[in-house]
Amino acid sequence: MAFAHASDPASRVHPVDAVLLTCGVPLFLGGLLSDIAYARTYQIQWSNFAAWLIAGAMVFTGLALAWTLLQMIRSSFRDRRRLIVFLLLLATFALGLVNSFIHARDAWGSMPSGLVLSIIITLLAAAATWLGLSSIRLGVRP
Amino acid sequence: MRRAASVLALLAGAALLASCDRPKSELYGPNPQLPEPQRGLLPSMKIAEPASWGDRRPTAPSGYSVAAIATGLGIPRQTLILPNGDILVAEGRGGGAPALRPKDLIAGVIKAKGTTSVKSGNRLTLLRDANGDGVYELRTVFADKLNAPYGLALVGGQLYVANQDALVRFSYTVGQTQATAPPVKVTDLPSYINHHWTKSLAASPDGRFLYVGIGSNSNITERGMPAEADRAMIWEVDAATGAHRPYATGIRNPTALAIQPGTGQLWAVVNERDELGPNLVPDYLTFVRDGGFYGWPYSYWGQNVDQRVRPQDPQKVASAIRPDYSLGAHVAALGVAFSTPAMGPAFAEGVFVGEHGSWNRDPPSGYKVVFIPFRNGRPAGPPVDVLTGFRDPNGTTRGRPVGVTVDPRGALIVADDLSNTIWRVTPPRQAPVAEAPAPPTGGRGAGPQPDSASPY
Repeated sequence: MAFAHASDPASRVHPVDAVLLTCGVPLFLGGLLSDIAYARTYQIQWSNFAAWLIAGAMVFTGLALAWTLLQMIRSSFRDRRRLIVFLLLLATFALGLVNSFIHARDAWGSMPSGLVLSIIITLLAAAATWLGLSSIRLGVRP
Repeated sequence: MRRAASVLALLAGAALLASCDRPKSELYGPNPQLPEPQRGLLPSMKIAEPASWGDRRPTAPSGYSVAAIATGLGIPRQTLILPNGDILVAEGRGGGAPALRPKDLIAGVIKAKGTTSVKSGNRLTLLRDANGDGVYELRTVFADKLNAPYGLALVGGQLYVANQDALVRFSYTVGQTQATAPPVKVTDLPSYINHHWTKSLAASPDGRFLYVGIGSNSNITERGMPAEADRAMIWEVDAATGAHRPYATGIRNPTALAIQPGTGQLWAVVNERDELGPNLVPDYLTFVRDGGFYGWPYSYWGQNVDQRVRPQDPQKVASAIRPDYSLGAHVAALGVAFSTPAMGPAFAEGVFVGEHGSWNRDPPSGYKVVFIPFRNGRPAGPPVDVLTGFRDPNGTTRGRPVGVTVDPRGALIVADDLSNTIWRVTPPRQAPVAEAPAPPTGGRGAGPQPDSASPY
Protein backbone atom coordinates (compact mmCIF):
# COMPACT_ATOMS: atom_id res chain seq x y z
CA MET A 1 0.00 0.00 0.00
CA ALA A 2 1.39 3.29 -1.08
CA PHE A 3 0.29 5.28 1.97
CA ALA A 4 1.79 2.82 4.40
CA HIS A 5 5.31 3.29 3.07
CA ALA A 6 5.26 6.95 2.06
CA SER A 7 8.29 8.91 3.13
CA ASP A 8 6.38 12.17 3.71
CA PRO A 9 4.58 11.70 7.02
CA ALA A 10 1.79 14.17 6.17
CA SER A 11 0.70 12.14 3.18
CA ARG A 12 0.15 9.14 5.40
CA VAL A 13 -3.32 10.45 6.36
CA HIS A 14 -5.34 8.25 4.10
CA PRO A 15 -8.33 10.07 2.54
CA VAL A 16 -10.62 7.30 3.81
CA ASP A 17 -9.37 7.95 7.34
CA ALA A 18 -10.04 11.63 6.87
CA VAL A 19 -13.56 11.22 5.52
CA LEU A 20 -14.76 8.51 7.88
CA LEU A 21 -13.26 10.03 11.00
CA THR A 22 -14.45 13.57 10.34
CA CYS A 23 -18.00 12.94 9.15
CA GLY A 24 -19.28 11.58 12.45
CA VAL A 25 -18.38 14.61 14.50
CA PRO A 26 -20.55 17.30 12.87
CA LEU A 27 -23.47 14.87 12.68
CA PHE A 28 -23.24 13.96 16.37
CA LEU A 29 -22.79 17.66 17.14
CA GLY A 30 -25.90 18.47 15.08
CA GLY A 31 -27.79 15.81 17.04
CA LEU A 32 -26.64 17.36 20.30
CA LEU A 33 -27.67 20.87 19.22
CA SER A 34 -31.06 19.54 18.10
CA ASP A 35 -31.52 17.81 21.45
CA ILE A 36 -30.77 21.10 23.19
CA ALA A 37 -33.25 22.90 20.94
CA TYR A 38 -35.94 20.30 21.71
CA ALA A 39 -35.29 20.53 25.44
CA ARG A 40 -35.66 24.30 25.27
CA THR A 41 -38.69 24.55 22.97
CA TYR A 42 -40.58 21.21 23.17
CA GLN A 43 -40.85 21.45 19.36
CA ILE A 44 -40.96 17.83 18.27
CA GLN A 45 -39.24 18.49 14.93
CA TRP A 46 -35.94 19.08 16.75
CA SER A 47 -36.26 15.61 18.22
CA ASN A 48 -36.82 14.18 14.73
CA PHE A 49 -33.73 16.04 13.46
CA ALA A 50 -31.68 14.66 16.34
CA ALA A 51 -32.78 11.10 15.59
CA TRP A 52 -31.79 11.37 11.92
CA LEU A 53 -28.50 13.17 12.57
CA ILE A 54 -27.50 10.51 15.09
CA ALA A 55 -28.51 7.78 12.63
CA GLY A 56 -26.31 9.42 9.96
CA ALA A 57 -23.42 9.73 12.39
CA MET A 58 -23.80 6.07 13.27
CA VAL A 59 -23.32 5.09 9.62
CA PHE A 60 -19.98 6.91 9.45
CA THR A 61 -18.92 5.74 12.90
CA GLY A 62 -19.66 2.16 11.91
CA LEU A 63 -17.66 2.50 8.70
CA ALA A 64 -14.78 4.21 10.54
CA LEU A 65 -14.81 1.39 13.07
CA ALA A 66 -14.62 -1.26 10.35
CA TRP A 67 -11.90 0.64 8.46
CA THR A 68 -9.81 1.14 11.58
CA LEU A 69 -10.12 -2.52 12.46
CA LEU A 70 -8.98 -3.45 8.96
CA GLN A 71 -5.96 -1.15 9.25
CA MET A 72 -5.11 -2.63 12.62
CA ILE A 73 -5.17 -6.13 11.21
CA ARG A 74 -2.96 -5.03 8.33
CA SER A 75 -0.41 -3.49 10.66
CA SER A 76 -0.56 -6.61 12.84
CA PHE A 77 -1.78 -4.54 15.85
CA ARG A 78 1.61 -2.81 16.23
CA ASP A 79 0.16 0.70 16.14
CA ARG A 80 -0.96 1.37 19.71
CA ARG A 81 -2.38 4.77 18.84
CA ARG A 82 -4.64 3.22 16.29
CA LEU A 83 -5.81 0.82 18.96
CA ILE A 84 -6.84 3.76 21.14
CA VAL A 85 -8.67 5.31 18.19
CA PHE A 86 -10.40 2.00 17.65
CA LEU A 87 -11.48 1.78 21.29
CA LEU A 88 -12.75 5.37 21.22
CA LEU A 89 -14.74 4.62 18.07
CA LEU A 90 -16.07 1.44 19.64
CA ALA A 91 -17.28 3.36 22.69
CA THR A 92 -18.81 6.01 20.41
CA PHE A 93 -20.59 3.34 18.41
CA ALA A 94 -21.87 1.44 21.43
CA LEU A 95 -23.20 4.52 23.18
CA GLY A 96 -24.49 5.85 19.85
CA LEU A 97 -26.52 2.69 19.42
CA VAL A 98 -28.00 3.13 22.89
CA ASN A 99 -28.68 6.77 22.06
CA SER A 100 -30.43 5.78 18.81
CA PHE A 101 -32.78 3.51 20.75
CA ILE A 102 -33.40 6.22 23.31
CA HIS A 103 -34.19 8.65 20.51
CA ALA A 104 -36.71 6.12 19.21
CA ARG A 105 -38.80 6.69 22.33
CA ASP A 106 -41.81 8.82 21.70
CA ALA A 107 -41.86 12.54 22.46
CA TRP A 108 -40.24 13.55 25.78
CA GLY A 109 -39.53 9.89 26.54
CA SER A 110 -36.08 10.46 24.99
CA MET A 111 -35.24 13.07 27.63
CA PRO A 112 -33.08 13.78 29.55
CA SER A 113 -30.99 10.63 28.93
CA GLY A 114 -30.84 11.32 25.19
CA LEU A 115 -29.32 14.75 25.74
CA VAL A 116 -26.75 13.49 28.26
CA LEU A 117 -25.68 10.70 25.91
CA SER A 118 -25.47 13.10 22.98
CA ILE A 119 -22.98 15.23 24.94
CA ILE A 120 -20.80 12.23 25.88
CA ILE A 121 -20.87 10.79 22.36
CA THR A 122 -20.01 14.07 20.69
CA LEU A 123 -16.95 14.38 22.95
CA LEU A 124 -15.93 10.76 22.31
CA ALA A 125 -16.30 11.17 18.56
CA ALA A 126 -14.27 14.38 18.64
CA ALA A 127 -11.53 12.65 20.65
CA ALA A 128 -11.41 9.72 18.22
CA THR A 129 -11.14 12.10 15.28
CA TRP A 130 -8.47 14.23 16.97
CA LEU A 131 -6.34 11.27 17.82
CA GLY A 132 -6.99 9.47 14.56
CA LEU A 133 -5.91 12.36 12.36
CA SER A 134 -3.04 13.64 14.48
CA SER A 135 -1.37 10.46 15.63
CA ILE A 136 0.02 9.45 12.29
CA ARG A 137 2.18 12.56 12.07
CA LEU A 138 3.22 12.54 15.70
CA GLY A 139 6.92 12.92 16.27
CA VAL A 140 7.72 13.82 12.65
CA ARG A 141 6.94 17.54 12.81
CA PRO A 142 9.26 19.10 10.19
CA MET B 1 -42.63 -10.41 71.77
CA ARG B 2 -43.52 -13.79 70.37
CA ARG B 3 -47.00 -12.57 69.64
CA ALA B 4 -45.66 -9.62 67.76
CA ALA B 5 -43.44 -11.94 65.74
CA SER B 6 -46.29 -14.26 64.84
CA VAL B 7 -48.46 -11.31 63.84
CA LEU B 8 -45.64 -10.09 61.67
CA ALA B 9 -45.26 -13.52 60.11
CA LEU B 10 -48.96 -13.65 59.47
CA LEU B 11 -48.89 -10.21 57.86
CA ALA B 12 -45.92 -11.21 55.73
CA GLY B 13 -47.74 -14.35 54.65
CA ALA B 14 -50.84 -12.38 53.79
CA ALA B 15 -48.78 -9.88 51.83
CA LEU B 16 -47.12 -12.72 49.94
CA LEU B 17 -50.46 -14.27 49.12
CA ALA B 18 -51.84 -10.92 48.05
CA SER B 19 -48.87 -10.25 45.81
CA CYS B 20 -49.17 -13.69 44.22
CA ASP B 21 -52.82 -13.15 43.62
CA ARG B 22 -52.53 -9.76 42.09
CA PRO B 23 -51.04 -9.78 38.61
CA LYS B 24 -53.86 -11.44 36.70
CA SER B 25 -56.99 -10.56 38.61
CA GLU B 26 -56.31 -6.86 38.77
CA LEU B 27 -55.59 -6.20 35.10
CA TYR B 28 -59.33 -6.11 34.45
CA GLY B 29 -62.30 -4.30 35.80
CA PRO B 30 -63.00 -0.93 37.33
CA ASN B 31 -59.86 -0.75 39.50
CA PRO B 32 -56.93 -2.22 37.56
CA GLN B 33 -53.58 -2.30 39.26
CA LEU B 34 -51.33 0.14 37.41
CA PRO B 35 -47.62 -0.70 37.59
CA GLU B 36 -44.94 1.94 37.27
CA PRO B 37 -44.20 2.88 33.66
CA GLN B 38 -41.28 0.93 32.25
CA ARG B 39 -39.45 1.12 28.98
CA GLY B 40 -36.17 -0.55 28.15
CA LEU B 41 -34.06 0.19 25.11
CA LEU B 42 -36.64 -1.64 23.02
CA PRO B 43 -40.35 -1.74 23.83
CA SER B 44 -41.87 -5.11 24.74
CA MET B 45 -42.69 -6.63 21.34
CA LYS B 46 -44.29 -9.70 19.85
CA ILE B 47 -45.35 -9.74 16.23
CA ALA B 48 -48.04 -12.14 15.06
CA GLU B 49 -46.89 -14.88 12.66
CA PRO B 50 -49.74 -15.22 10.18
CA ALA B 51 -50.87 -18.67 9.07
CA SER B 52 -53.98 -19.89 7.32
CA TRP B 53 -56.88 -21.52 9.18
CA GLY B 54 -56.97 -24.61 7.00
CA ASP B 55 -59.71 -26.81 8.45
CA ARG B 56 -59.51 -25.12 11.82
CA ARG B 57 -61.92 -22.64 13.32
CA PRO B 58 -61.89 -20.35 16.31
CA THR B 59 -62.97 -21.99 19.55
CA ALA B 60 -66.39 -21.07 20.94
CA PRO B 61 -67.98 -21.92 24.31
CA SER B 62 -69.27 -25.48 24.54
CA GLY B 63 -72.47 -25.96 22.56
CA TYR B 64 -71.91 -22.86 20.47
CA SER B 65 -71.08 -23.28 16.81
CA VAL B 66 -68.76 -21.24 14.63
CA ALA B 67 -68.92 -20.87 10.87
CA ALA B 68 -67.06 -18.79 8.31
CA ILE B 69 -69.85 -17.09 6.39
CA ALA B 70 -67.59 -15.13 4.06
CA THR B 71 -63.92 -15.46 3.13
CA GLY B 72 -61.55 -13.74 0.74
CA LEU B 73 -62.71 -10.25 1.68
CA GLY B 74 -60.65 -7.07 1.24
CA ILE B 75 -59.76 -6.57 4.94
CA PRO B 76 -63.11 -6.66 6.80
CA ARG B 77 -63.26 -4.35 9.82
CA GLN B 78 -66.79 -3.62 11.01
CA THR B 79 -70.16 -5.14 10.24
CA LEU B 80 -73.77 -4.00 10.46
CA ILE B 81 -76.89 -6.16 10.69
CA LEU B 82 -79.64 -4.74 8.49
CA PRO B 83 -83.33 -5.03 9.46
CA ASN B 84 -83.91 -8.06 7.20
CA GLY B 85 -80.87 -9.90 8.58
CA ASP B 86 -78.50 -8.99 5.75
CA ILE B 87 -74.97 -8.22 6.89
CA LEU B 88 -72.97 -5.28 5.60
CA VAL B 89 -69.18 -5.53 5.85
CA ALA B 90 -66.90 -2.49 5.70
CA GLU B 91 -63.56 -3.43 4.11
CA GLY B 92 -60.42 -1.43 3.76
CA ARG B 93 -57.08 -0.24 5.01
CA GLY B 94 -56.44 3.42 5.69
CA GLY B 95 -53.72 5.52 7.19
CA GLY B 96 -50.32 5.63 5.55
CA ALA B 97 -48.89 8.27 7.86
CA PRO B 98 -45.38 9.22 6.68
CA ALA B 99 -42.34 7.93 8.55
CA LEU B 100 -40.86 10.78 10.52
CA ARG B 101 -37.97 9.10 12.24
CA PRO B 102 -35.62 6.16 11.57
CA LYS B 103 -37.77 4.27 14.08
CA ASP B 104 -40.91 4.70 11.96
CA LEU B 105 -39.23 3.08 8.95
CA ILE B 106 -38.11 0.06 10.94
CA ALA B 107 -41.29 -0.29 13.00
CA GLY B 108 -43.40 -0.04 9.83
CA VAL B 109 -41.64 -3.04 8.28
CA ILE B 110 -41.84 -5.08 11.50
CA LYS B 111 -45.51 -4.36 12.24
CA ALA B 112 -46.59 -5.09 8.65
CA LYS B 113 -45.45 -8.71 9.14
CA GLY B 114 -48.30 -9.24 11.59
CA THR B 115 -51.10 -8.02 9.34
CA THR B 116 -52.69 -9.08 6.09
CA SER B 117 -51.04 -8.21 2.80
CA VAL B 118 -54.18 -8.20 0.65
CA LYS B 119 -55.33 -5.08 -1.14
CA SER B 120 -57.65 -2.70 0.65
CA GLY B 121 -61.24 -3.44 -0.42
CA ASN B 122 -62.50 0.12 0.06
CA ARG B 123 -66.03 -1.17 -0.29
CA LEU B 124 -69.13 -2.47 1.47
CA THR B 125 -70.01 -6.09 0.86
CA LEU B 126 -73.53 -7.36 1.53
CA LEU B 127 -74.11 -10.93 2.74
CA ARG B 128 -77.54 -12.55 2.69
CA ASP B 129 -78.91 -15.77 4.13
CA ALA B 130 -82.35 -15.84 2.51
CA ASN B 131 -83.64 -19.09 4.01
CA GLY B 132 -82.14 -18.76 7.48
CA ASP B 133 -80.01 -21.90 7.30
CA GLY B 134 -76.91 -20.09 8.42
CA VAL B 135 -75.34 -20.15 4.96
CA TYR B 136 -74.93 -16.69 3.47
CA GLU B 137 -75.41 -17.68 -0.13
CA LEU B 138 -75.75 -14.22 -1.66
CA ARG B 139 -72.78 -11.89 -1.72
CA THR B 140 -72.87 -8.55 -3.52
CA VAL B 141 -70.79 -5.39 -3.51
CA PHE B 142 -73.17 -2.88 -1.98
CA ALA B 143 -70.89 0.08 -2.71
CA ASP B 144 -67.28 0.45 -3.76
CA LYS B 145 -64.67 3.15 -4.40
CA LEU B 146 -64.98 4.24 -0.78
CA ASN B 147 -62.02 5.52 1.20
CA ALA B 148 -61.22 2.98 3.92
CA PRO B 149 -64.78 2.68 5.28
CA TYR B 150 -65.02 1.59 8.92
CA GLY B 151 -67.96 2.75 11.06
CA LEU B 152 -71.47 1.84 9.91
CA ALA B 153 -74.90 2.95 11.15
CA LEU B 154 -78.43 2.72 9.83
CA VAL B 155 -80.98 5.38 10.72
CA GLY B 156 -84.35 4.84 9.08
CA GLY B 157 -83.73 4.93 5.37
CA GLN B 158 -80.23 6.35 5.63
CA LEU B 159 -77.12 4.22 5.77
CA TYR B 160 -74.19 6.16 7.24
CA VAL B 161 -70.62 5.16 6.48
CA ALA B 162 -67.58 6.64 8.20
CA ASN B 163 -64.77 6.71 5.66
CA GLN B 164 -61.30 7.59 6.89
CA ASP B 165 -61.77 11.16 5.67
CA ALA B 166 -65.52 11.83 5.56
CA LEU B 167 -68.90 10.76 6.89
CA VAL B 168 -71.13 9.83 3.95
CA ARG B 169 -74.62 8.41 3.57
CA PHE B 170 -76.52 6.21 1.16
CA SER B 171 -80.28 5.95 0.95
CA TYR B 172 -81.32 2.42 1.79
CA THR B 173 -84.50 0.43 1.54
CA VAL B 174 -84.82 -2.97 3.17
CA GLY B 175 -83.92 -5.77 0.78
CA GLN B 176 -81.63 -3.65 -1.36
CA THR B 177 -78.40 -5.40 -2.36
CA GLN B 178 -76.65 -2.51 -4.08
CA ALA B 179 -76.52 1.22 -3.56
CA THR B 180 -78.55 3.01 -6.20
CA ALA B 181 -76.59 6.25 -6.15
CA PRO B 182 -73.14 7.49 -5.14
CA PRO B 183 -72.80 8.48 -1.49
CA VAL B 184 -73.69 11.96 -0.27
CA LYS B 185 -71.15 13.60 2.00
CA VAL B 186 -72.50 14.56 5.43
CA THR B 187 -69.28 16.13 6.69
CA ASP B 188 -65.53 15.91 6.29
CA LEU B 189 -63.70 14.15 9.09
CA PRO B 190 -60.20 14.96 10.36
CA SER B 191 -57.80 13.06 8.10
CA TYR B 192 -54.52 15.01 8.14
CA ILE B 193 -51.74 12.40 8.67
CA ASN B 194 -54.39 9.95 9.99
CA HIS B 195 -52.04 7.95 12.22
CA HIS B 196 -55.11 6.28 13.77
CA TRP B 197 -57.31 6.31 10.70
CA THR B 198 -60.36 4.28 11.77
CA LYS B 199 -63.52 6.34 12.17
CA SER B 200 -65.98 4.51 14.40
CA LEU B 201 -69.66 5.33 14.24
CA ALA B 202 -72.91 5.08 16.19
CA ALA B 203 -76.25 6.83 15.86
CA SER B 204 -78.27 8.30 18.75
CA PRO B 205 -81.48 6.35 19.44
CA ASP B 206 -83.63 9.13 17.94
CA GLY B 207 -81.41 9.26 14.87
CA ARG B 208 -80.76 12.98 15.15
CA PHE B 209 -77.09 12.65 15.93
CA LEU B 210 -74.20 10.53 14.78
CA TYR B 211 -71.23 9.88 17.04
CA VAL B 212 -67.90 9.58 15.27
CA GLY B 213 -64.84 8.27 17.08
CA ILE B 214 -61.62 9.95 15.89
CA GLY B 215 -58.30 8.52 17.04
CA SER B 216 -55.21 10.49 18.02
CA ASN B 217 -52.61 11.34 15.40
CA SER B 218 -49.76 9.68 17.28
CA ASN B 219 -48.96 7.29 20.08
CA ILE B 220 -48.18 10.07 22.53
CA THR B 221 -47.80 13.43 20.69
CA GLU B 222 -44.61 12.41 18.88
CA ARG B 223 -45.98 14.00 15.71
CA GLY B 224 -46.32 17.32 17.52
CA MET B 225 -49.22 18.95 19.30
CA PRO B 226 -50.57 20.85 16.24
CA ALA B 227 -51.23 17.47 14.56
CA GLU B 228 -53.63 16.65 17.40
CA ALA B 229 -56.18 19.34 16.60
CA ASP B 230 -59.59 17.63 16.33
CA ARG B 231 -58.06 14.27 17.26
CA ALA B 232 -58.59 11.86 20.16
CA MET B 233 -62.22 12.81 20.47
CA ILE B 234 -65.76 11.74 19.72
CA TRP B 235 -67.72 14.13 17.56
CA GLU B 236 -71.45 14.54 17.77
CA VAL B 237 -72.58 15.23 14.22
CA ASP B 238 -76.02 16.62 13.44
CA ALA B 239 -77.37 14.19 10.84
CA ALA B 240 -79.46 16.87 9.16
CA THR B 241 -76.83 19.58 8.78
CA GLY B 242 -73.46 17.88 9.19
CA ALA B 243 -72.55 20.37 11.94
CA HIS B 244 -70.45 18.87 14.73
CA ARG B 245 -69.28 19.52 18.26
CA PRO B 246 -66.77 17.60 20.37
CA TYR B 247 -68.83 15.24 22.54
CA ALA B 248 -65.92 13.78 24.49
CA THR B 249 -62.19 14.58 24.32
CA GLY B 250 -58.86 13.15 25.45
CA ILE B 251 -60.14 9.73 24.39
CA ARG B 252 -57.04 8.36 22.62
CA ASN B 253 -58.46 5.95 20.07
CA PRO B 254 -62.18 5.21 20.36
CA THR B 255 -62.19 2.31 17.93
CA ALA B 256 -65.79 1.20 18.37
CA LEU B 257 -68.95 2.83 19.68
CA ALA B 258 -72.26 1.33 20.73
CA ILE B 259 -75.56 2.59 22.11
CA GLN B 260 -76.73 0.73 25.20
CA PRO B 261 -80.21 -0.72 24.70
CA GLY B 262 -82.68 0.69 27.19
CA THR B 263 -80.65 3.61 28.45
CA GLY B 264 -79.69 4.95 25.02
CA GLN B 265 -76.26 5.81 26.44
CA LEU B 266 -73.14 5.95 24.31
CA TRP B 267 -70.39 3.45 25.17
CA ALA B 268 -66.97 3.06 23.62
CA VAL B 269 -63.96 0.79 23.62
CA VAL B 270 -60.75 2.78 23.58
CA ASN B 271 -57.16 1.84 22.80
CA GLU B 272 -54.69 3.45 25.12
CA ARG B 273 -51.06 4.48 24.66
CA ASP B 274 -48.11 2.18 24.01
CA GLU B 275 -44.53 1.88 25.20
CA LEU B 276 -45.09 2.22 28.95
CA GLY B 277 -44.67 -1.48 29.67
CA PRO B 278 -46.60 -4.72 29.20
CA ASN B 279 -49.27 -3.85 31.77
CA LEU B 280 -49.71 -0.19 30.92
CA VAL B 281 -51.91 1.41 29.80
CA PRO B 282 -55.17 -0.57 30.04
CA ASP B 283 -57.41 -0.37 27.02
CA TYR B 284 -60.88 0.31 28.30
CA LEU B 285 -64.63 0.06 27.95
CA THR B 286 -66.51 3.10 29.16
CA PHE B 287 -69.76 4.93 29.20
CA VAL B 288 -68.95 8.17 27.36
CA ARG B 289 -69.89 11.29 29.28
CA ASP B 290 -71.04 14.31 27.33
CA GLY B 291 -68.25 16.88 27.63
CA GLY B 292 -65.97 14.41 29.39
CA PHE B 293 -62.18 14.58 29.11
CA TYR B 294 -60.47 11.19 29.33
CA GLY B 295 -56.86 12.24 29.86
CA TRP B 296 -55.03 11.81 26.58
CA PRO B 297 -52.30 12.87 26.12
CA TYR B 298 -51.56 14.38 29.52
CA SER B 299 -52.61 11.51 31.75
CA TYR B 300 -54.00 7.97 31.71
CA TRP B 301 -56.59 6.13 33.78
CA GLY B 302 -57.58 9.34 35.49
CA GLN B 303 -54.77 11.37 36.97
CA ASN B 304 -51.68 9.25 36.15
CA VAL B 305 -49.44 11.79 34.42
CA ASP B 306 -47.65 10.67 31.26
CA GLN B 307 -44.16 12.16 31.53
CA ARG B 308 -43.60 11.92 27.79
CA VAL B 309 -45.86 14.88 27.09
CA ARG B 310 -44.42 18.39 27.08
CA PRO B 311 -45.64 20.96 27.87
CA GLN B 312 -47.63 19.37 30.68
CA ASP B 313 -51.10 20.53 31.67
CA PRO B 314 -51.97 19.96 35.35
CA GLN B 315 -55.40 21.53 34.95
CA LYS B 316 -56.38 19.10 32.22
CA VAL B 317 -54.98 16.23 34.27
CA ALA B 318 -57.14 17.28 37.23
CA SER B 319 -60.25 17.13 35.05
CA ALA B 320 -59.50 13.71 33.54
CA ILE B 321 -62.18 11.05 34.00
CA ARG B 322 -61.34 7.49 35.07
CA PRO B 323 -62.83 5.07 32.56
CA ASP B 324 -65.35 2.46 33.76
CA TYR B 325 -63.71 -0.84 32.99
CA SER B 326 -60.19 -2.00 32.13
CA LEU B 327 -59.99 -4.60 29.38
CA GLY B 328 -56.27 -5.13 30.03
CA ALA B 329 -53.26 -3.46 28.46
CA HIS B 330 -52.53 -3.91 24.73
CA VAL B 331 -55.55 -6.11 24.00
CA ALA B 332 -56.35 -3.61 21.23
CA ALA B 333 -60.14 -3.67 21.50
CA LEU B 334 -61.54 -2.84 18.06
CA GLY B 335 -65.14 -3.96 18.37
CA VAL B 336 -67.98 -3.64 20.86
CA ALA B 337 -71.60 -4.77 20.75
CA PHE B 338 -74.32 -5.12 23.37
CA SER B 339 -75.70 -8.62 23.70
CA THR B 340 -79.29 -9.84 23.76
CA PRO B 341 -80.86 -12.76 25.66
CA ALA B 342 -80.98 -14.58 22.31
CA MET B 343 -77.23 -15.17 22.71
CA GLY B 344 -77.89 -17.64 25.53
CA PRO B 345 -78.24 -17.28 29.30
CA ALA B 346 -74.50 -16.88 29.94
CA PHE B 347 -74.33 -13.92 27.59
CA ALA B 348 -77.74 -12.38 28.16
CA GLU B 349 -76.61 -9.02 29.54
CA GLY B 350 -73.31 -7.44 28.68
CA VAL B 351 -71.06 -6.54 25.79
CA PHE B 352 -68.94 -8.51 23.38
CA VAL B 353 -65.53 -7.02 22.71
CA GLY B 354 -63.32 -7.90 19.74
CA GLU B 355 -59.66 -7.82 20.77
CA HIS B 356 -57.25 -7.55 17.86
CA GLY B 357 -54.07 -7.93 19.91
CA SER B 358 -51.08 -5.61 19.83
CA TRP B 359 -47.42 -5.75 18.84
CA ASN B 360 -46.50 -4.03 22.11
CA ARG B 361 -46.73 -6.94 24.57
CA ASP B 362 -44.81 -10.18 25.05
CA PRO B 363 -46.61 -12.43 25.80
CA PRO B 364 -49.37 -10.87 23.74
CA SER B 365 -52.84 -10.21 25.09
CA GLY B 366 -56.08 -10.00 23.15
CA TYR B 367 -56.34 -12.05 19.95
CA LYS B 368 -59.83 -13.15 21.03
CA VAL B 369 -63.41 -12.06 21.55
CA VAL B 370 -64.50 -11.63 25.16
CA PHE B 371 -67.77 -10.96 26.92
CA ILE B 372 -68.03 -8.42 29.73
CA PRO B 373 -71.07 -9.30 31.85
CA PHE B 374 -73.27 -6.38 32.91
CA ARG B 375 -75.68 -6.07 35.81
CA ASN B 376 -78.02 -3.12 36.27
CA GLY B 377 -76.61 -1.59 33.13
CA ARG B 378 -72.98 -1.53 34.33
CA PRO B 379 -70.02 -3.91 33.90
CA ALA B 380 -70.05 -6.54 36.64
CA GLY B 381 -67.42 -9.25 36.63
CA PRO B 382 -64.27 -10.32 34.84
CA PRO B 383 -64.13 -10.84 31.07
CA VAL B 384 -65.26 -14.22 29.78
CA ASP B 385 -63.62 -15.76 26.71
CA VAL B 386 -66.11 -16.17 23.86
CA LEU B 387 -64.02 -16.83 20.79
CA THR B 388 -60.41 -17.95 21.10
CA GLY B 389 -57.89 -19.97 19.10
CA PHE B 390 -56.86 -17.06 16.90
CA ARG B 391 -53.30 -17.39 18.13
CA ASP B 392 -51.30 -20.42 19.24
CA PRO B 393 -48.99 -20.11 22.24
CA ASN B 394 -46.06 -20.53 19.83
CA GLY B 395 -47.03 -17.37 17.98
CA THR B 396 -48.77 -18.83 14.94
CA THR B 397 -51.69 -16.48 14.31
CA ARG B 398 -54.60 -17.41 12.09
CA GLY B 399 -56.87 -14.49 12.68
CA ARG B 400 -57.29 -11.18 14.43
CA PRO B 401 -60.78 -10.12 15.52
CA VAL B 402 -61.98 -6.59 14.80
CA GLY B 403 -65.65 -5.61 14.72
CA VAL B 404 -68.28 -7.58 16.61
CA THR B 405 -72.01 -7.28 15.98
CA VAL B 406 -74.97 -9.04 17.56
CA ASP B 407 -77.68 -10.33 15.27
CA PRO B 408 -80.87 -9.90 17.33
CA ARG B 409 -81.99 -13.36 16.21
CA GLY B 410 -79.13 -14.86 18.14
CA ALA B 411 -75.75 -14.75 16.45
CA LEU B 412 -72.48 -12.99 16.99
CA ILE B 413 -70.80 -11.70 13.84
CA VAL B 414 -67.01 -11.26 14.07
CA ALA B 415 -64.85 -9.63 11.41
CA ASP B 416 -61.32 -11.07 11.14
CA ASP B 417 -58.92 -8.75 9.31
CA LEU B 418 -55.98 -11.16 9.17
CA SER B 419 -57.68 -14.12 7.46
CA ASN B 420 -60.19 -11.76 5.78
CA THR B 421 -63.09 -13.80 7.09
CA ILE B 422 -66.47 -13.13 8.70
CA TRP B 423 -67.17 -15.57 11.55
CA ARG B 424 -70.67 -16.30 12.84
CA VAL B 425 -71.08 -17.70 16.34
CA THR B 426 -74.47 -19.14 17.24
CA PRO B 427 -75.81 -20.41 20.55
CA PRO B 428 -77.07 -23.97 20.88
CA ARG B 429 -80.48 -24.31 19.25
CA GLN B 430 -83.31 -24.11 21.82
CA ALA B 431 -80.60 -23.65 24.48
CA PRO B 432 -81.60 -26.31 27.01
CA VAL B 433 -81.34 -25.16 30.61
CA ALA B 434 -79.30 -28.21 31.66
CA GLU B 435 -76.68 -27.40 29.05
CA ALA B 436 -76.35 -23.75 29.73
CA PRO B 437 -72.96 -22.90 28.22
CA ALA B 438 -70.34 -22.55 30.88
CA PRO B 439 -67.89 -19.76 30.32
CA PRO B 440 -64.63 -21.52 29.44
CA THR B 441 -62.21 -19.49 31.54
CA GLY B 442 -64.56 -17.54 33.77
CA GLY B 443 -63.48 -18.61 37.23
CA ARG B 444 -60.63 -16.27 37.93
CA GLY B 445 -61.17 -16.01 41.66
CA ALA B 446 -62.56 -12.86 43.13
CA GLY B 447 -63.29 -10.65 40.20
CA PRO B 448 -64.52 -7.11 40.55
CA GLN B 449 -67.62 -7.00 42.72
CA PRO B 450 -70.80 -5.91 41.02
CA ASP B 451 -71.26 -3.00 43.39
CA SER B 452 -67.78 -1.60 42.94
CA ALA B 453 -68.21 -1.96 39.20
CA SER B 454 -70.81 0.78 39.19
CA PRO B 455 -69.01 4.02 39.74
CA TYR B 456 -72.10 6.14 39.11
